[in-house]
Amino acid sequence: MGEVRRVGMADLAAGRDPVVLVTIGLGSCVGVALYDDQAKVGGLAHIMLPQANGLPVTNPAKFADTALPLLVKKMEELGADPRRLTAKIAGGAQMFQLAQPTEMMRIGERNTEAVLSWLRVAGIRVVAQDTGGSWGRTIELDTSTGELRVKTIAHGEKRL
Amino acid sequence: MNEGLSEFHYDVLREVGNIGAGNAATALAQLVGRPIHMEVPAVLWVPLDEVAAHLGGPEKPVAGILFRVEGEAPATILFALPLTQAYTLLDIILGRPLGATATLGELEQSALQETGNILTGAYLNSLNTFTHLGFRPTVPALAVDMAGAVLDYVLAEFGQMADQVLLIETEFQAEGQEITGYFFLVPEPPSLNVIFRALGVG
Repeated sequence: MGEVRRVGMADLAAGRDPVVLVTIGLGSCVGVALYDDQAKVGGLAHIMLPQANGLPVTNPAKFADTALPLLVKKMEELGADPRRLTAKIAGGAQMFQLAQPTEMMRIGERNTEAVLSWLRVAGIRVVAQDTGGSWGRTIELDTSTGELRVKTIAHGEKRL
Repeated sequence: MNEGLSEFHYDVLREVGNIGAGNAATALAQLVGRPIHMEVPAVLWVPLDEVAAHLGGPEKPVAGILFRVEGEAPATILFALPLTQAYTLLDIILGRPLGATATLGELEQSALQETGNILTGAYLNSLNTFTHLGFRPTVPALAVDMAGAVLDYVLAEFGQMADQVLLIETEFQAEGQEITGYFFLVPEPPSLNVIFRALGVG
């Protein structure tokens, strides 16, 4: 396994084979892994909120609609072709089940919708998805194969 | 708004926290029939991406209890502590030998939620005494998972308005054990200003 690069919360990174991009503890946040199979370039974003809604954006990696174009740009700088990108996404859980849920409680679902809608408009095909539920996920993108490992504490491990 | 908190604001919040912690310690000691000491050593203003580090890192298993708070300044409160510390806290609350609690069954979950209720109630009472804003907690929800995942809902709620979050450190001392938990107070956007105005430091 290549060099492991950590992507924090509201953070993103791109890397080329053999780099492994990792983000830990996605709850309602959504992890988006983009991959160019030919250039062997991957990108990973840990997205916290759907849109900036007109608020000043101090950190574009926080919002789906500002993080994803930035991620694609960083991958292009490493030689990826946006037309070849495919996407795998994980996270978007609802960690707490309150008796009187508020609109904010649906944040995981709304993050997932925002990511899917941006990818659809950008013409990036979603090839795998592990979202929802009420548990946290840690994900690892291997840029040598494009495989996404999804690890949980009590819900096993998946390879997407 | 919040980045401009002064040393004076911190002092006021710490004072509110310490009075709340004193009340909570009394309530908990009555519940378990043994002395429990609590204090608020620090009120911190922490960047969102560093919050999980305070709980031992984003992969560390933690227990989190979430409350919606109603009243004139609606907010969300999360009380979170590392799972190992939650087990020790439960040993004390349930009167078990130290090290006896190693899982969170139905009994443990309900004891933990009840402890969270007592603590949150005590903090809110203290805040009510100072502000008269009528804070009322609703029924809590519990999550046990990786710190990053348990925290990110409250961080997202907070993250809508700021890149930093208010953290109230809470230390319990009982039976020679020291347990550190964290309260996150996440006011809805106008609420923090309402709270400070009511505290006379707006």
